[in-house]
Amino acid sequence: MDKILEVSGLSQIYGPGCDQCFTCTGPEFETNICKHCSSIVALHDLTFDLYKGEILGIMGESGSGKSTAVKCLYFDQMPFGGSAIFFNNKEQKHLFTLNPAQRRSLRNQHFGMVYQNPNLGLNFDISAGGNIAERLLMNRVLNYSEIRSRAHELLTRTEVLTERMDELPKNFSGGMQQRVQIAKALSTRPSLLFLDEVTTGLDLSVQAKILDLILEIQAELDTAMIVVTHDLGVTRLLAGRTLVMKYGRVVESGLTDQILEDPQHAYTQQLVASAL
Amino acid sequence: MIRNQILSVENLSKSFFLHEQKKIIPSSSQINFKAYPGKLIALIGPTGAGKSSVLKCIYRTYQQTSGRIIYKTAAGDSVDLALASDHRVLELRRNEIGFVTQFLHTLPRQKTLDVVAMPLYQQGVSRQQGREQASKLLAELNIPKQLWEVPPATFSGGEKQRVNLARGLIASPRLLLLDEPTASLDAQTTDRVLRLIQRKKDQGTAMLAIFHHADLVKRIADDVVELTLPEKTH
Amino acid sequence: MSSAINFAFLDEYAKREIRRSVLKAICIPGYQVPYSSREMPMGRGFGTGGLQLTLALIGEDDCLKVIDQGSDDSVNAVNLRKFVEMTCPGINTTTRLQEATLIQSRHRIPERPLLAHQILVLQVPYPDALVIVEPSEEKRKTMHGEADYSRLLVKLYEDIVKFKEITISHRYPTRINGHYIIDPSPIPRYDVPKLNQSESLTLLGAGREKKIYAVPPYCSAEPLAFNDVPFRIEDFTGANGERRTCMICSTSNSFLDEFIDEQGSRVYQCSDSDYCAQQQECVHG
Repeated sequence: MDKILEVSGLSQIYGPGCDQCFTCTGPEFETNICKHCSSIVALHDLTFDLYKGEILGIMGESGSGKSTAVKCLYFDQMPFGGSAIFFNNKEQKHLFTLNPAQRRSLRNQHFGMVYQNPNLGLNFDISAGGNIAERLLMNRVLNYSEIRSRAHELLTRTEVLTERMDELPKNFSGGMQQRVQIAKALSTRPSLLFLDEVTTGLDLSVQAKILDLILEIQAELDTAMIVVTHDLGVTRLLAGRTLVMKYGRVVESGLTDQILEDPQHAYTQQLVASAL
Repeated sequence: MIRNQILSVENLSKSFFLHEQKKIIPSSSQINFKAYPGKLIALIGPTGAGKSSVLKCIYRTYQQTSGRIIYKTAAGDSVDLALASDHRVLELRRNEIGFVTQFLHTLPRQKTLDVVAMPLYQQGVSRQQGREQASKLLAELNIPKQLWEVPPATFSGGEKQRVNLARGLIASPRLLLLDEPTASLDAQTTDRVLRLIQRKKDQGTAMLAIFHHADLVKRIADDVVELTLPEKTH
Repeated sequence: MSSAINFAFLDEYAKREIRRSVLKAICIPGYQVPYSSREMPMGRGFGTGGLQLTLALIGEDDCLKVIDQGSDDSVNAVNLRKFVEMTCPGINTTTRLQEATLIQSRHRIPERPLLAHQILVLQVPYPDALVIVEPSEEKRKTMHGEADYSRLLVKLYEDIVKFKEITISHRYPTRINGHYIIDPSPIPRYDVPKLNQSESLTLLGAGREKKIYAVPPYCSAEPLAFNDVPFRIEDFTGANGERRTCMICSTSNSFLDEFIDEQGSRVYQCSDSDYCAQQQECVHG
């Protein structure tokens, strides 16, 4: 099995930060706010490996740092510390030492992101097809008819009515917007896809269909995925391994079925016990 | 005759610590046995003796409390399943170790044929080949043909169980864990299942099983491991 | 009087700063070089960017031609020419392209190809082609630096989806020397190919936006397009399928303006008045 991502010691602090930030926050202190400088320790010492074609779940409540982790890895923000190496065939890329152009190229070519809020992943002023076109154009596909046919193909695959390809996605339902987002993220066949609470806020039947779709695509394209969610059901269905986070720290990690059936940490036990 | 064991469970104990209640709940303790290719070991004992826990510890759904679970891989390495990395366990699950539980977790839209063939897909077998093999197994297990292209979510308990069994058997794992594979089946279907299990044994699969009837143990098991109720510690 | 105002109105420091910016613009074709656009005795938007370039470049042996929308005698062109004549004693002005060494223009590039000894100065209202897709200048600068123009192409894509063709008529985004995309000022699509591998230097000045950029001689200028939906210039084909001609000089190879005549019917004539006049001279001897 080939490793695709190696994250070590990833940390993020919002605020001025001080020497004691990391020693006075975390699950055992039941806070992520430093009492000395009032900074928020959003993430501390996140370390994990991700293999090709693997789905990793990151689970936790809001404020646990799970979205921060993904935002750092997708370059939406720069971390306070730590490193991440992306393996692309034989090439190794240290994510946080890349210059902005290299970061952009990784983001546009090899990574994909599906946000909880479609507003972040889609440009609502251009058509659904135009959104996919944008990502293809970034990757130097400069043939109009090729762009049209690939956008058509992707939207068919993600079950968006292709008659609506030239409409603005702001007029679509939430589930449909997520499908367009997924189609856009997949348009370059990325080797790493981030999914940030993608089914949160959707009807249960729509959620199930989207999760199905994600797994089908994962099986087809062998895309490695990092799935951020607060929903145990989503992790159970999608992820082979899961990290459980609280107050910016990983409290437990392991095989998903083990996390759910034999949780070791008090917090995970509580989380599993309180799930519907 | 010297037989090469495929699995050696040594002093395996499992207990649960509930943080909320500050309580230790013992499940299985000091279990010892070995499993061999082509042989079926039945775990017997009263309810609450931790039979399922043993299977789950071997599959790493549970983290054992103490003891060793030494598995000999196809490549000839010895791996302690209690200590192996998550990725190693996932790889073994994909290629060598199967588990048929009493519950079927599937995706809402996945068709029965694909549910069954999934372990083959994961090993890189083509869709067409996978579906062919799945059809054979489903026919053998007496699942009506009109159900093959339907997701199993709406199936009866017995049908779901057979789908689950078919999925567990299809990839011919080297070690197969069976947790009450015939619990909700009628006598005729049970016979069919036992025939299938016997065939897998003949093909060299090592098996660990829990049956709900002593009769079944007599019919199919080569050896038994008896578990007793854990002593109440507190 | 002559001692009160410096030659070419600007003081020598201002001229030198503009010339330095011009040199930088030539070195980085298509890059928008910021400069400290001076207050001119006319409102911004009346060609102050072009005028400052002209004033910084002009010398006593230069011959200037000023055009507005192809015409030498529209109000804007006349005013600018008079201003230069007034502040630059000794220079010559002309309406004949061949005599000019410096041509300041708005909305058109002359029909006849410019030569190596000539410099074309274009007045620019909006220098940044990316402004329609990105409001933040900081982000636009990054996009230019990385030659990230996918969002402009998305505009073209949406255009073709909606109208079956690219509908941009003026200010067509054009890639210079394979990197920076410029707004070539409000010239029609018809004039864009004239920038490509031109013998002359083209300088573009935006007074209000304080930017100077350049298309150096023999430099590539490619209009942004898809491989299978190529850039197309106005073809002036009439209802009868033939190319329309100028009603005055009868030429069929110039950019035409459309008018409604006294009878209420559409008529066409050359937009470049100097070119039209010279075509008539040829015909009538």
